Amino acid sequence: MRIPHAHITLTVNGEPTEVAFAPYKTLLEVLREDLNLCGTKHGCELGECGACAVLLDGQPVLSCLVLGVECEGRRVTTVEGLASEGRLHPLQETFADLGAAQCGYCTPGILVTAKALLDEHPRPTRDQIRDALSGNLCRCTGYQQIFEAVEAAIAVEVPVADGRRSVLDTREHSARGPSEREDASEASGGGAPRALKNAASASGVGVGPHAK
Amino acid sequence: MAATSFKTIGKPRRRVDGRAKVTGQTKFADDLMLPRMVHCKLLRSTLPHARVVRIDASRALAHPGVHLVMTGRDFPIPYGILPVSQDEHALAIDRVRFVGDPVAAVIARDELTAFDALDLIDVEYEPLRTFADPEESLTHSTPRIHDYGDAGNIHKIVSLGFGDVEQAFADADHVFEDTFFYQGSTHLPIEQHAAVAAKDPDGKLVLWSSTQTPHYVHRALAKALAIPAAHVRVIATPNGGGFGGKSDPFNHEVVIAKAAMLLDRPVKICLTREEVFYCHRGRHPVLMHFKTGVKRDGTITGLHVKTLLDGGAYGSYGVASTFYTGALQTVTYHIPTYHFQGCRVFTNKPPCGPKRGHGTPQSRFGQEIQLDKIAETLSLDPAELRLRIVERPDTLTANYLRIGTIGLAECIRRVTHAADWSSTYRKLPPGHGVGIACSSYLSGAGLPIYWNDMPHSGVQLKLDRSGGVTAFCGATEIGQGSDDVLVACVAEILGIDPIDIRAVTGDTDLTPVDLGSYSSRVTLMMGNAAIQAAERARDLLAEAVASKINVPKDRLVFAERRVFDAENPATGVAFSDAVCLAETMFGTIGTTGSYTPPRSAAKFKGGGVGPSPTYSYSAAIVEVTVEPSTGWIDVPRVWIAHDIGRALNPTLVRGQVEGSVYMALGEALMEEQTFRRLPPRLSHALVHKFPSMLEYKSPTTMDMPDVITELVEAPDPRGPFGAKEVGQGPLLPVMPAVANAVYDAIGVRIDEVPITPEKILKALDAKAAGKTPRYGPSRFPDIAWPETLQVPPPWEGGDGTAVNDQRRSVPDTRERHGASASAPGVGPRRYEKVGPRER
Repeated sequence: MRIPHAHITLTVNGEPTEVAFAPYKTLLEVLREDLNLCGTKHGCELGECGACAVLLDGQPVLSCLVLGVECEGRRVTTVEGLASEGRLHPLQETFADLGAAQCGYCTPGILVTAKALLDEHPRPTRDQIRDALSGNLCRCTGYQQIFEAVEAAIAVEVPVADGRRSVLDTREHSARGPSEREDASEASGGGAPRALKNAASASGVGVGPHAK
Repeated sequence: MAATSFKTIGKPRRRVDGRAKVTGQTKFADDLMLPRMVHCKLLRSTLPHARVVRIDASRALAHPGVHLVMTGRDFPIPYGILPVSQDEHALAIDRVRFVGDPVAAVIARDELTAFDALDLIDVEYEPLRTFADPEESLTHSTPRIHDYGDAGNIHKIVSLGFGDVEQAFADADHVFEDTFFYQGSTHLPIEQHAAVAAKDPDGKLVLWSSTQTPHYVHRALAKALAIPAAHVRVIATPNGGGFGGKSDPFNHEVVIAKAAMLLDRPVKICLTREEVFYCHRGRHPVLMHFKTGVKRDGTITGLHVKTLLDGGAYGSYGVASTFYTGALQTVTYHIPTYHFQGCRVFTNKPPCGPKRGHGTPQSRFGQEIQLDKIAETLSLDPAELRLRIVERPDTLTANYLRIGTIGLAECIRRVTHAADWSSTYRKLPPGHGVGIACSSYLSGAGLPIYWNDMPHSGVQLKLDRSGGVTAFCGATEIGQGSDDVLVACVAEILGIDPIDIRAVTGDTDLTPVDLGSYSSRVTLMMGNAAIQAAERARDLLAEAVASKINVPKDRLVFAERRVFDAENPATGVAFSDAVCLAETMFGTIGTTGSYTPPRSAAKFKGGGVGPSPTYSYSAAIVEVTVEPSTGWIDVPRVWIAHDIGRALNPTLVRGQVEGSVYMALGEALMEEQTFRRLPPRLSHALVHKFPSMLEYKSPTTMDMPDVITELVEAPDPRGPFGAKEVGQGPLLPVMPAVANAVYDAIGVRIDEVPITPEKILKALDAKAAGKTPRYGPSRFPDIAWPETLQVPPPWEGGDGTAVNDQRRSVPDTRERHGASASAPGVGPRRYEKVGPRER
């Protein structure tokens, strides 16, 4: 029996996107199978492991528990949408530098969840980091280097004009390895406008840095 | 070459594949989407033990969207990871042996259609007796789960004696006897097993799979499908975690390979999480008995270990696992006489196999708890006791394991200092405790799984006139950082940056053989092969550059992407120019390197398990708090020191140590692969108690304590740049250290894992009632052990052979035939009884 496809428009990683898919498909399946965004992983498809976490309107959700048809008009951010303007997100930099990604399979889900945390709490404590990531299982790292990478991403914040700090700037990132020369060059470019977006996020407007 | 300090080795660095992993660009097996791809689902047995009387797949085949249905008749040739245990068929032929054993496969246009069609396959079973418990398998020899093995439902039973252990007990001041139980657990990689098979444009088979051992999968496919190995290509996709769980050739790989060849289109399979729990191949549940004789000063006079392994339904690595429960006891502490008896039985549960530490954590748990008890009886500090008995470096143990460097004493000193042991042990308030334990592990198995004298790891380098270098190796990236090790070793020798090197790994068409990511072998073996290949390339370049700039070869330095005169650094050429010069002088530049472990001193049957080029050492102190009213255990801190030889990339080394501590705490406190009977009114089948990640408890961010990691670096000449393993060893001391800390906190012994609040409460109840303050197994069953192979230890004039092994009087040529295990035409009932692991 063939069921007519659902057809929705949504914003994926900042880009307006149209997609048609079998209506029973989860957001996870739509992302991976219909939008070819395979960065989002699956570990159980039952909402138990956190590997499939994405941001839906800026909030972390388990994409295996969200139906694709629920996403009409909404904003989805996946790991593919973390880097911008050719530069990795500070979390991506610190995760790569500090050993927070071993096999890398839980990493996309953890990165977007950590991003949501930093968007809401730019300076989380270790306990807040533990709490925010408690739904993301990682079997490789023992979590410690993940905590440290999130904390290092906080540490790479730099002051911007209005006195706020941007978490999206990578200047003076001391942990960088000698082999990584990309993504590190421009330090000042994205600072101020991102800080404003973060301010909007912190004030409860719920606008993430990838919102258009 | 002039000596220089390391440029890459030893520096904390972003791993070479780090960017791919944080951008989601690492291609795992299920991320492969190929044109015309169809999907496979397996119908799995609903009964734990039954004869398959009849399978009718006609309705499934007629289902719209179904392309192919296969059954056991399509797979007549057995396979298995060990030559001695060729006991698996991709789909059951006439027998199912556990709930989850595959009986049929559907290939359909999509997963959902395949899944629906499974319901349309009619299977008639004739139930057989279910063996749920190892003791049942010991006492009931029929029906046999397999028609091979040492007897009845005993898969493997061994008895090895090294010196007169009874005399050693007579000579001891104290003899301790304890029984322990180590519950089984599973790997739980976050990535479910997945694979894609296709017929390539030339008509040959390609399999992409999340496997740790593409070389062994290659061999198994060639055998099971009767295809020439040269026409099979296996590509190991980066594994989303392995931990040993992706080390066997799997039925689903064989099934889709055949389906792709029949259909001439790509076939994908991705297991559900529930299926992954049933695939298992994880930690064997082991019941064990330890008898140790000691002098008043703590010196061990003799050790007798008995183990009973619940093997589950198939052989897997089980013969090796059995020997591993007895292999490494002698590697940490000096044990002059040793007797090991091990027995693995078949039961109707998912097969057990290798999980991080393979067979050794169970007995390490028993040994280290017993040492804690010994220390208490002798009124010795348990750290001090261990320092007294640490084995000496560069020695041959009673069971003929050749030990290299030993950093164990330094590990003990480092953790006791860091944890302020002397002011905490037996000094913390009630409910708070600390415990110590130690361990050692292989840096790679000394013997291959099938008998051969070829290298265990090969590396090829291609140097390009652009200055780029490609390193080819069959090693498999499972998250541990093997690509990074490969690149780092080459970069260091050639004086270029790791980013200048491309790693091509785990592809049987493109890369030289490496046996796989198991037994902590990759850094040492691949690393040594990479160094050899890189040194050969460096020599070619040096000769060409020396001739060009008129500087003696041995004065040239390779560093900072240049080749230059040590005495006049301005005189030199860029690395890319050096390659051009060499290409001009010698033609196309390509070099190889290989690594073969040293020959083992153990020549007795069973001596093939345990030898390693060198061993790593670890010591851990665990702090616990125990709430006596609830039994709740909290672990606030773990201190661990690991003898790594040399940390090639300290960031990754720390990750392996802490990841090991994490996995160990899961096993110590919560993880259990256990089974239950469904009610008789249903099927009474033996099923997994909780095949889901929600109910199979594993530590989360909220459970994980702070880990203080100390790396002990004393370079071992056998390792690449002095490095030893780190992926498995640091797991081992943590479980017994937790148990010892619980005793320090509340004075009860929990002699089994997991150590749960319920068990603590029971032990506290026993203590309150004036009984032995302990929870754990009370007895080890009587087992009809075979005659002990008597191998006199080196210090009694032994030469590594058994004095009473009748086999040795006749040259045994069958062993070598194990190498031809891939030959097609081996009938489904022919099992080779003698294999390389048992020499």
